[in-house]
Amino acid sequence: MSNDDKLTRRSLMTRLLAGSSLVVLSGCEKLSETTWFPKVLGLGEKATYKIQRLVLSRKAMAQEFREVDLSPQFRSNGTSMPDNPAYMALAAKGFTDYRLEVGGLVERPMTFSLADIRKLPSRTQITRHDCVEGWSAIGMWKGARLSALLEAVHLKPNARYIVFHCADPMEEDGSSPYYESIDLEDAFHPQTILAYGLNGKPLPIPNGAPLRLRLERQLGYKMAKYVMRLEIVEDFSRIAGGNGGYWEDQGYEWYAGI
Amino acid sequence: MKWLAGKRELILKIKSFVGREKKQAIMYLSNAVLRARLMMSRIANTIYSTLRKIIKALSSAVSSVNLYYRHSLPVRIMHWCNVVLLAILLMSGLNIFNAHPALYWGKSSYDGVPPVLELRGEEDDEGEISGVTRILGHEFDTTGFLGASRDPAGELTKRGFPSWLTIPDGRWLAMARRWHFFIAWLLVVNGITFVTYSIVSRHLHSDLVPTRQDWRSIGRTVVDHLRFRHPTGEAAKHYNVLQKCAYLVVIFFLLPLMILMGLGMSPALDALFPGWVDIFSGRQSMRTIHFVVAWALVLFVVIHVFMVIVSGFWNNLRSMITGYYRVESEADHE
Repeated sequence: MSNDDKLTRRSLMTRLLAGSSLVVLSGCEKLSETTWFPKVLGLGEKATYKIQRLVLSRKAMAQEFREVDLSPQFRSNGTSMPDNPAYMALAAKGFTDYRLEVGGLVERPMTFSLADIRKLPSRTQITRHDCVEGWSAIGMWKGARLSALLEAVHLKPNARYIVFHCADPMEEDGSSPYYESIDLEDAFHPQTILAYGLNGKPLPIPNGAPLRLRLERQLGYKMAKYVMRLEIVEDFSRIAGGNGGYWEDQGYEWYAGI
Repeated sequence: MKWLAGKRELILKIKSFVGREKKQAIMYLSNAVLRARLMMSRIANTIYSTLRKIIKALSSAVSSVNLYYRHSLPVRIMHWCNVVLLAILLMSGLNIFNAHPALYWGKSSYDGVPPVLELRGEEDDEGEISGVTRILGHEFDTTGFLGASRDPAGELTKRGFPSWLTIPDGRWLAMARRWHFFIAWLLVVNGITFVTYSIVSRHLHSDLVPTRQDWRSIGRTVVDHLRFRHPTGEAAKHYNVLQKCAYLVVIFFLLPLMILMGLGMSPALDALFPGWVDIFSGRQSMRTIHFVVAWALVLFVVIHVFMVIVSGFWNNLRSMITGYYRVESEADHE
């Protein structure tokens, strides 16, 4: 009798344990599908952003490596050839007609040819590229300091973010061009460059020719390739999905410091 | 007189009729009463045994004779928080791992050296999908579990860890990262609270740090464990030396190491002290260590739950829920 009692109590408890873990798991699935809960989870990103910015000094430099550490071939991820006729026409002529437009909240809107950009103060750095998927690759990048370019156009006082508009469409029908945004602290960081060279050669198309952003203290998806236009804005909520980047509009964090 | 005789007959008839009915009625009634009594006694029995159980539970909870208050409320709350947080961290972590199901040793993933671990999905010419696990150059067919497994719809798909082990169950890196980094903050808060509480309340000093006597008894404790002999009576009130060591290793080594390895993967924190990541052989090595420590924690949980089961599952479970642990006297145990 007492054994039976125990058995039922035990099976009840076991069922309760199994049941509650199932509820927790299916709850996780259900919560992921809601609109409000991912926002709650997004508080993690805000805490990470605040605390990382707190512990890191403005000019804290990402690790730089030696040439022996270079990856034999620098992996291309995402777009490797933008499906965009205008871009392909530029590529066919070796980007001689390429012009980088810089506009928005600036005193002097400007366009830069590749030759103009090469004349800006440059920086060469061997850094590690960390993809959100988990892999890393090491490459030697050469490019114009973004700070030098921004000083040339003179930001207006209410400028807060630099938006990078790119040539690569993310939808098959040629729509939804890639874009990204960074804040001024990152924009004026010494390692933040508009790279035109990789491993001592002109930047190859699979890696973002003619110009890509290098933002060494964040993940790879922040480092827009095929950059065509810089737009300086006060906030990015009216651009595309409003989250500050193509992948951000797909649910990834705007601050990709981890 | 005739009418009288007739009347008597009628009365007799009525009497016999009534009698028959009465007999039937009585039989019917007594049957009903019997059934009712049976039902009543069943109900009474149930009520009685339920009451007895409640009284027993109450009296045993109240009696301080053989119940020992083993876990304080903060410890119990933080323990169950850990159960939920670590489970979600493991499962969302496996989803993140699935975005690039390979591990490397060194600074980068592409340095000419193949990965130390790879869960690969392969498709042959006929479209047949198989899962291959490659560890340090050795390959194993792990179709159905690692490399390729059935998705929630039942379709065999290329996937590092199976969907029933991941949060969310589908391939959804952005959401898995949200879960992982939100819950990770909660784990850090829980961990700091636990360590602070343990020091202030002297839980650490009086329950977790092994005493000199503990160290002397280590040999016997190991032998006892191997024989599945578990302490009773007074000794059961305290953690044994192996338990203390296991808990201390998890709290002060594995979990901090886990968090440190996670932070080492952050490209921003990489800049905190440039090059500090190389202490652990670089970012990709830290990712590998993060993965290995995750499974070390799983191993701890497996052994922990196993020990909880073999040393009195219900008593242990109750003590982590209500705080009270029933200590059997030596005589009881025999």
